[in-house]
Amino acid sequence: MGASATTVSGGRSALERSPLSRLPDQLLQWILTALAAAILVLIGYFFVRLIGQSSTSINHFGFSFVFGNNWDAAHNIFHALPLVVGTLVTSAIALLLGVPVAIAAALFLTEICPRRVRGPLAIVVDLLAAVPSVVWGLWGVFVLAPKLLPAEKWFASTFSFIPWLGGGTVNLYNYFIAGLVLAIMILPIVSAIAREVISTVPSQDKEASLALGATRWEMIRMAVLPYSRSGITGGAMLGLGRAIGETIAVVLLIGSNPILGKHLFSPGYSLAAVIANEFGEAANEPIHKSALFEAGLVLFILTLLINIAARWFVSRGTHGKRVAGGAMTGVMLEET
Amino acid sequence: MSAARMSLSTLPAVSPRRRRTDRIMRGLLVLATAVALVPLVLVIYYLLKKGLSSWTSGGFFSSDPNGNFFGNPGGIRSAIFGSLEIVGLATAIAVPIGIAVALYLTEYGRESRFADVVRYFVDVMTGVPSIVFGLFIYIVLVIAKVGGAFTGWKASLAVALLMLPIVVRSAEVVLLLVPSSLREAALALGAPRWRVIARVVLPTSVSGLTTGSLLAVARGMGETAPLLFTVSTAFALTGNLSHQMNTLPVQIYTDIQSPRNAIEARAWGAGLTLVALVLIFNLIARLISSRSRMA
Repeated sequence: MGASATTVSGGRSALERSPLSRLPDQLLQWILTALAAAILVLIGYFFVRLIGQSSTSINHFGFSFVFGNNWDAAHNIFHALPLVVGTLVTSAIALLLGVPVAIAAALFLTEICPRRVRGPLAIVVDLLAAVPSVVWGLWGVFVLAPKLLPAEKWFASTFSFIPWLGGGTVNLYNYFIAGLVLAIMILPIVSAIAREVISTVPSQDKEASLALGATRWEMIRMAVLPYSRSGITGGAMLGLGRAIGETIAVVLLIGSNPILGKHLFSPGYSLAAVIANEFGEAANEPIHKSALFEAGLVLFILTLLINIAARWFVSRGTHGKRVAGGAMTGVMLEET
Repeated sequence: MSAARMSLSTLPAVSPRRRRTDRIMRGLLVLATAVALVPLVLVIYYLLKKGLSSWTSGGFFSSDPNGNFFGNPGGIRSAIFGSLEIVGLATAIAVPIGIAVALYLTEYGRESRFADVVRYFVDVMTGVPSIVFGLFIYIVLVIAKVGGAFTGWKASLAVALLMLPIVVRSAEVVLLLVPSSLREAALALGAPRWRVIARVVLPTSVSGLTTGSLLAVARGMGETAPLLFTVSTAFALTGNLSHQMNTLPVQIYTDIQSPRNAIEARAWGAGLTLVALVLIFNLIARLISSRSRMA
């Protein structure tokens, strides 16, 4: 074929699209890219504004905002150590109670459970994540806290010789009860990620250990767990991020007491809870409001760092295989 | 053959100690799974036990809370409609944008450095506590009094921010499942990229996209903290998203803190309603995804 047959005026090939008909394509690509970029810009913009709003408090209190032990709204002194400690203590309880159960449930579902029950059972575990935090708070306030109070009292008096655990008066709302509900709330995401990570363990590894005469448990201990340790650690850290940022259930159950609690069953406060609770009364007090924004900033940075670390662990733990986005967002599409 | 069978039969049996450990550990795993399910069973049991009686009490779904300190505290009509309106607008914002970003990631960005950065920050967004999103909107829109102080549409924006990463990540997973041979076939036939996306990629993955979006809706429905800072609360039913509005989560939250039995009962009824709504969205989502898999 001669060149004259395949070119039209302007010297472009007849198979090539005209600049006009290529326009929608470029427009679409441009719009989609801009939207994706907008997300990054938005996060950055929020961060800057949050710093701006907390600057009054940052300038006024400096580092003593985080390390000073005196949160006194009546005198406009905002040193948030009791809140930071409350956040850390409740999250630690949540991890201690929630993570082992979540991992065990994940191991059961992936390695032991009969195939037929696996799907439905996994869905039921995931449904835990569907219960909104305010409903956990509702149940915690009216059912769990009053029912557990006698047991907590018994525990505190029996183990009163152990520091931090007992000895003092047991409050209806306290660090422990808030941590317990947090444990329930982080269970589904930790379990979902653990399941995802465990399912990437090569079946040759598992079959090899079984062929060498290992029992099921020995197979889990020697083939499954070492391979997925890093990923499970990442999952637990994502759970930690959730626990630190959880607000409503904690505000209802922690006791709203801005003084450092003496032991596990004392009432306390957390960063997120104080923002939700004191927000209304702070409206007319610029320094109080700014302090609450700084509490939000601390929360934001804390969860950001934890999430970044968690993602690093998870991506290392799955050995390069990308974990499905569903598990990362805490929303599981049905397992296949 | 026979030699192999012989050596098999001479293998020593698993020692009783190892067998016992195996049995105990398996038992523990089963036990832990059961323990994990206990809270779900308990919470649903109590919701039904305490919530159903408010459902059947007169006017629960047809009256608004009235703020009366004595007598009938009123129902939850405005809360249900407020929640649906706010989450509806949030969905209208988050789903198109979320799917657009996912399309960028799968169709244009793919493995590029910028796409990876976007993916990373979308993931990071999922870890940001919901209360922080509420503070963001409060700082940017409520303090500045853009179109009034506390309004429904600001709550929608906060909830949309929460839903966005869920929509993006679930949509990306689904879009990646579209076989590239389909795309290539359409491109080879001369279709421009945008038509490939509109006529091939999106229709093929529509059920998966719906599933992800519905799960995001279910998540957005139950969030309380961002609402406190953006829409505050109200008693009356309103269809106007530029007013303060009542919502289910905030209604439950304030009702829990009331010392009155009648209001506690309303909190349980509202809690049951909220969980029912969330579960309905969840179940529809899972139904759609399992149905499309069979096809």
